[in-house]
Amino acid sequence: MIKNITIEPLTRVEGHGKVTLQVDEHGNISSSRLHIVEFRGFEKFIQGRPYWEAPVLVQRLCGICPVSHHLAAAKATDEIVGAGVEHLPETALKMRQLMHYGQFFQSHALHFFHLSSPDFLFGVDAPVSKRNVLGVAAEFSDLARQGIMMRKFGQEIIEATAGKKIHGTGAIPGGINKNLSPEQRKAFLHGDPEFNASRMIEWAEGAIEVFLNYHRDNRNFVDGFASFPSNHMSMVNEDGGLDIYHGRLRAVNAEGEKILKDIDYRDYLQYIGEEVRAWSYMKFPYLKSLGKEKGWYRVGPLARLNCCDYIPTPRAQEAFEKFREYTNGKPNNMSMHMHWARLIETLFAAEMIERLLQDDALSGETLSYQGTKKFEGIGVIEAPRGTLIHHYRIGDDDLITMANLIVSTTHNNQPMNEAVFRAAQATFNGRTIVTEGMLNAVEVAVRAYDPCLSCATHALGQMPLMVEIQDADGNILDTRIRELE
Amino acid sequence: MKNSSHIKSKPVIATTSLAGCFGCHMSLLDIDERILQLAELVEFDKSPINDIKKISRPVDFGLIEGGCCNSENVEVLRHFRDNCKYLVSVGECAMMGGLPAMRNQLSIRECLEEAYLNSPSVQGCNEEGIIPSDDELPILLNKVYPCHEIVKIDYFIPGCPPRADLLWDVLTSLILGTSPKDQYSVFKYD
Ligand code: SF4
Repeated sequence: MIKNITIEPLTRVEGHGKVTLQVDEHGNISSSRLHIVEFRGFEKFIQGRPYWEAPVLVQRLCGICPVSHHLAAAKATDEIVGAGVEHLPETALKMRQLMHYGQFFQSHALHFFHLSSPDFLFGVDAPVSKRNVLGVAAEFSDLARQGIMMRKFGQEIIEATAGKKIHGTGAIPGGINKNLSPEQRKAFLHGDPEFNASRMIEWAEGAIEVFLNYHRDNRNFVDGFASFPSNHMSMVNEDGGLDIYHGRLRAVNAEGEKILKDIDYRDYLQYIGEEVRAWSYMKFPYLKSLGKEKGWYRVGPLARLNCCDYIPTPRAQEAFEKFREYTNGKPNNMSMHMHWARLIETLFAAEMIERLLQDDALSGETLSYQGTKKFEGIGVIEAPRGTLIHHYRIGDDDLITMANLIVSTTHNNQPMNEAVFRAAQATFNGRTIVTEGMLNAVEVAVRAYDPCLSCATHALGQMPLMVEIQDADGNILDTRIRELE
Repeated sequence: MKNSSHIKSKPVIATTSLAGCFGCHMSLLDIDERILQLAELVEFDKSPINDIKKISRPVDFGLIEGGCCNSENVEVLRHFRDNCKYLVSVGECAMMGGLPAMRNQLSIRECLEEAYLNSPSVQGCNEEGIIPSDDELPILLNKVYPCHEIVKIDYFIPGCPPRADLLWDVLTSLILGTSPKDQYSVFKYD
């Protein structure tokens, strides 16, 4: 008999995502599906709005990394007003970069300290009641405090550059609407010694240590869990270095061969297509040259460190070299190493924040540029979770006629399905009863990808799950709900 | 819950995100260090994102982010109403529908066709013209509804998102039974 197992991150009832697993007659997992049950209709309802509203409207699709949407839309509208990246005033460019690195820093810190650190500090088998940020606070109060202060630092950088911590308005088509005074820069650089840029660099390095210690003691799990070969895609700068604000698109395969050779992202439609499947509102992007079956790729911290040749800040570069050495310079295909990569990027972001704050261009007076108007704009940025594409067309009346978005979590759609499949295969096979271990395995696999849906849902605690085993007629054979004590 | 029976008077808080962007939840995290203080004041194990199907004891304050755009949102909202003494609409989306309600002028079919058939990156990639539709996907409502059009709401906290200081002020007032300070500087409608 063929059975279906349904795993519902609790959020399913709240309308976010759920997993079904199909079990064949031998009790083996034959397929898995991660259903995204959200649909907003953004592509249509944004039509008819003036293009300059895009940077403030679109970010309201996701309050977890709104700066990414704000800036991707701003970059697209830069093209529409004829500024592009070429003409953007230096002050605007640096302010936006600072905003973006602030966002990386806070988002990655949130992910590590609030969501993942309980696993690393207590182990994945620890009681659920302990495995959240309050549990960490009870036993490792310094570390929990660090996490909270790191997020706060990033959020304050965002507030200083964008005007608000969430859904700011700093970036405008062709520029920025404010600069940063030398006093403000000084406060972030040399203010309260427990809350300045160099302290953040130190804490970011400490977080890498926490991961490496865990890795040393749990090598089999960290290296083997939900590991699978895949392609990887990210933006790199002109010299192949890591850049999250601007650059060209590169993809490598599992062996490290370049399969997308530093293309101009404005040509993305030539290279990337999206498949639609009936069982999910989220589309499935792939590289057209490799086709739907083989063309899917991962994005995010792991993919970025697999694609780039170097990191342009000294301490992160040192950490990057160790990361690369571990796989002999080949791409790293281990899902759990996403955490390692994310922390190296956290360090990179902290170093970049310090470097940018020292730059007098942040206090410059020329804030925007206007050139010859165009009727189409494409903006691409690396969001904390991976490559983010915004594409708009407008009419003579300046109103939007077409909007297309490919967000990070969408690029990772197939990889997350793949990771869930591997995790399920390893834990579920041959069983008919759902165990706590199964819930954990799926949760940890999805969490490694930091999709907005899961990141958000356990921002303050555990990802509660419900697993159902169903027979072919939909009769429920077994149910288990993750208990929170 | 067994571990809390000795602290009878701690209010229980539950939160949920319906058709929202999670920005309101993130704004709650922006109370920073005070999150530890909040954990002292309230029971958090019925935590934000706990399985609502399991609300098994009375909740004092239910915080709702987002309006209702599909059948599940409505179910969850009703479930919260049934189990919470006070229900609070947090943010523009819960209060007025917010950005998702921009689709209210359009038919849902137009929106689906634009995303899955007309999008430039789908051209040549969706030969069968698939529009997602599956038993596992909830039914989309014809329009996006603010929460108070579905159930009674007791309090409203405006903002997109409400500022962290405002959330802190209102929450602690509700918990301690005092009146909010009504700080003009953090009370905003955007
Ligand atoms: S009110 Fe604003 S911040 Fe809150 S969910 Fe809606 S869009 Fe997001």
